[in-house]
Amino acid sequence: MKLTFSAADELFREEVADWLNDNLTGEFAEVRYRGGPGDEHHFVTERKAWERRLAVGRWTCIGWPEQWGGRAASIEQQVIFHEEYARAGGPGRMGHIGDTLTGPTLLAFGSETQKATYLPPIRNGEVFWSQGYSEPGAGSDLAAIRSRAEFDEDAGQWKITGQKVWTSLAHESDYVFVLARIDRDSTRHHGLGFFLVALNQPGVTIRPITQLTGTAEFNEVYFDEAVCGPDDLVGAPGDGWKVAMGLLGFERGVSTLGQQMLFQTELDEIIRIAKVNGASRDPDIRQRIAEAHIGLKTMRYNSMRMLSGTEDGSLSREAMIYKLYWSSWHRNLGKLAMDVLGPDAELIENGPYDLNRLQSLFLFTRADTIYGGTNQIQRNLIAERALGMPKEPRGPAK
Amino acid sequence: MKFAFTDEQRMLRDTSQAFLADTSSSRAVRMACASDRGFDDALWRRVCDDMYWQGILVPEENDGLGLGWVEMVIVLEAAGERLLTSPLFAVAQSAAALTQCPKTACRDALFGSILAGDIVALALSNPSSDWHCVDARVDTSEGVTHLSGEAGFVSCGYAAEHVLVAAQNADDTLSLWCINPSQEGVRIERTPTMDQTRPMAHLYMDAVTVSNEQCLLADANEWFNRTLALSRILTVADQVGIAQASLDISVAYTKERSQFDRTIASFQAIKHKAADMMLKVESARSLLYYAACTVDAWSVGQVNDEALLEAAYMASACASDAAFFNAGSGIQMHGGVGITEEYDIQLYFKRARATESFLGRPSDMRESLASQLLDGAAP
Ligand SMILES: Cc1cc2nc3c(=O)[nH]c(=O)nc-3n(C[C@H](O)[C@H](O)[C@H](O)COP(=O)(O)OP(=O)(O)OC[C@H]3O[C@@H](n4cnc5c(N)ncnc54)[C@H](O)[C@@H]3O)c2cc1C
Repeated sequence: MKLTFSAADELFREEVADWLNDNLTGEFAEVRYRGGPGDEHHFVTERKAWERRLAVGRWTCIGWPEQWGGRAASIEQQVIFHEEYARAGGPGRMGHIGDTLTGPTLLAFGSETQKATYLPPIRNGEVFWSQGYSEPGAGSDLAAIRSRAEFDEDAGQWKITGQKVWTSLAHESDYVFVLARIDRDSTRHHGLGFFLVALNQPGVTIRPITQLTGTAEFNEVYFDEAVCGPDDLVGAPGDGWKVAMGLLGFERGVSTLGQQMLFQTELDEIIRIAKVNGASRDPDIRQRIAEAHIGLKTMRYNSMRMLSGTEDGSLSREAMIYKLYWSSWHRNLGKLAMDVLGPDAELIENGPYDLNRLQSLFLFTRADTIYGGTNQIQRNLIAERALGMPKEPRGPAK
Repeated sequence: MKFAFTDEQRMLRDTSQAFLADTSSSRAVRMACASDRGFDDALWRRVCDDMYWQGILVPEENDGLGLGWVEMVIVLEAAGERLLTSPLFAVAQSAAALTQCPKTACRDALFGSILAGDIVALALSNPSSDWHCVDARVDTSEGVTHLSGEAGFVSCGYAAEHVLVAAQNADDTLSLWCINPSQEGVRIERTPTMDQTRPMAHLYMDAVTVSNEQCLLADANEWFNRTLALSRILTVADQVGIAQASLDISVAYTKERSQFDRTIASFQAIKHKAADMMLKVESARSLLYYAACTVDAWSVGQVNDEALLEAAYMASACASDAAFFNAGSGIQMHGGVGITEEYDIQLYFKRARATESFLGRPSDMRESLASQLLDGAAP
């Protein structure tokens, strides 16, 4: 059992840190620590420019094969990159869906044409993607998707009709991957297709949804015979579910340590305030700060185990608890921040509703336990997959 | 970076689990608890002769195995999983305590005794609510040194051949001694406890004459805090075993039991509880192995005392909570049979309760940690 990285990996760490240090300056100084969940609406143009800067340094898509402009970075190197990126205050990545979801999906399931068309602009930080899974009637129950796709033989195009919802950053993106039903008579996870769809076209309407923070990061996206080409279906018709689920397998947890670095920054800030305003003398607050510290370390060593992999390459038990763990931890941290601040937590300093960081943290962490599979769904998955307990019954409650 | 077992470590885990599945069955544990001795001597002999677990922490230069802490906690985790009722914990605790003492004839003789299968117990303090409360005193009069006072919760102390005892010097510093239970003025009584799988004793000393050779450490203040931390980490291993077994036997039970024409394992309230239990035990396990790696790094000077203590506070708080949560939830998942003497979940529940306050409550661990985080200079 070892908790340290190799000398070669440490050199790589230095290279990353140096580059970030040199580049997060000048025009990019202001994007440091900006963006990311709860702050996505800030500095969008600047953060897109930052993606192109990253690309010049070969720091986008580092896990991709070299053939497609990546570095074929090892798991360890990817972890290090994320850690150093967070440490340097690198802004929330506008390109992360393309880098970590679209790209790996195409690399695994895409045709050569699809790879050649879509990978380079992602790699170069020029094209931004969003994820179109959820629908009004298909949230936790994703297989209830009703959006439809039909191949128009005359036009030689796919036509997509339906509604997606909660589509993060669609209003700032160029493309969306859409899960839609090809076979009209199919149900559940059969008969679906995974489509690559341009957002800037007459058949697509995007309406931002205002969140409890007063800002808008996600959207309703309406498709009214929106088109995509014959080559824009990934996998065979009917393989949509397999492709969509394949995405989950790409999450090897490389970003977890970087995420924890951001969490540490938040906890440090809360500790700093507690020392200044005297909350650090409150016995209950002391217990909770200690608990938060323990939780953060727990996540770190859970991740380390997860990253060290299972013997047979299957999803490890640590990987299965990760989402449930961090989302619950982060939500509690938001509440801890409010309790440390006390009455001051209520005060809006700027503008009509310009929340400060901890207020956004508090409100937006309520989303952490919902998106990407709610806590209840995570518990179902853990019970069923890790503990072999029976699957949830379906159908109308009697 | 490979935060995973090596092949040898995996083998050790497998053989430990297999050995204990065989020798520490529910029936064997219950018989050991009911016996006068409080544990099965024949099994202890097998642990020493066949498995040599008493030698894991004993340095190689003392003819021990000199293995690392990961190995030690692997075995103790398996022991907790099977409710092993044995002097193993006491001996591991004493070996850990001795490895930090300077090389003396007394220390080397004690290592020899441990390897031979003797029971060496550790009497740290006389805790009521605070485990730092050392009640034993050193008095020197007319050139003769005496130990007087008490110590509580001495694991397996009543069966020990030797007892290590911490005592207050006249100047309020601590020192560490080795005494023999047959020495005049020593009385060690078995303590009746709610959990019977980890037998305890209380030590009374009334002007016990000790020689200089019996002094293991003249200034034991740092030793005391380190030994508390090390002992906590050993306990955490037991707790991770308790938490895992509580989850496993409870889930197995819910898959067999049917109500409303379904197995109760199919009810979401049960599934979600089980998922939370798994989250708890996996988290405690991560901190356990982190703590074990920290001890190994600490013993070669790679990290300082602060890091050692921190690792122990964190692992202990987390594993105490996990063991109690899992055993308590386990009883609920069992329904009425969880309240019977017959089912094992109650044994885990009691052992979880006992280990939870042993060497400090989770709230004490968090407070100590808070003190590290909040009371120092601003970061
Ligand atoms: C900030 C944010 C960003 C998002 N971004 C995207 C995105 O970019 N693309 C995208 O496709 N989607 C996105 N989502 C959608 C997200 O994946 C869904 O919100 C989520 O899957 C839950 O679906 P729902 O909102 O319909 O809730 P529902 O499924 O209606 O759930 C409501 C409640 O019922 C519970 N529940 C549902 N089913 C069960 C069950 N079987 N057992 C127990 N409890 C159950 C849930 O846990 C929850 O508490 C985003 C969501 C948020 C909040």
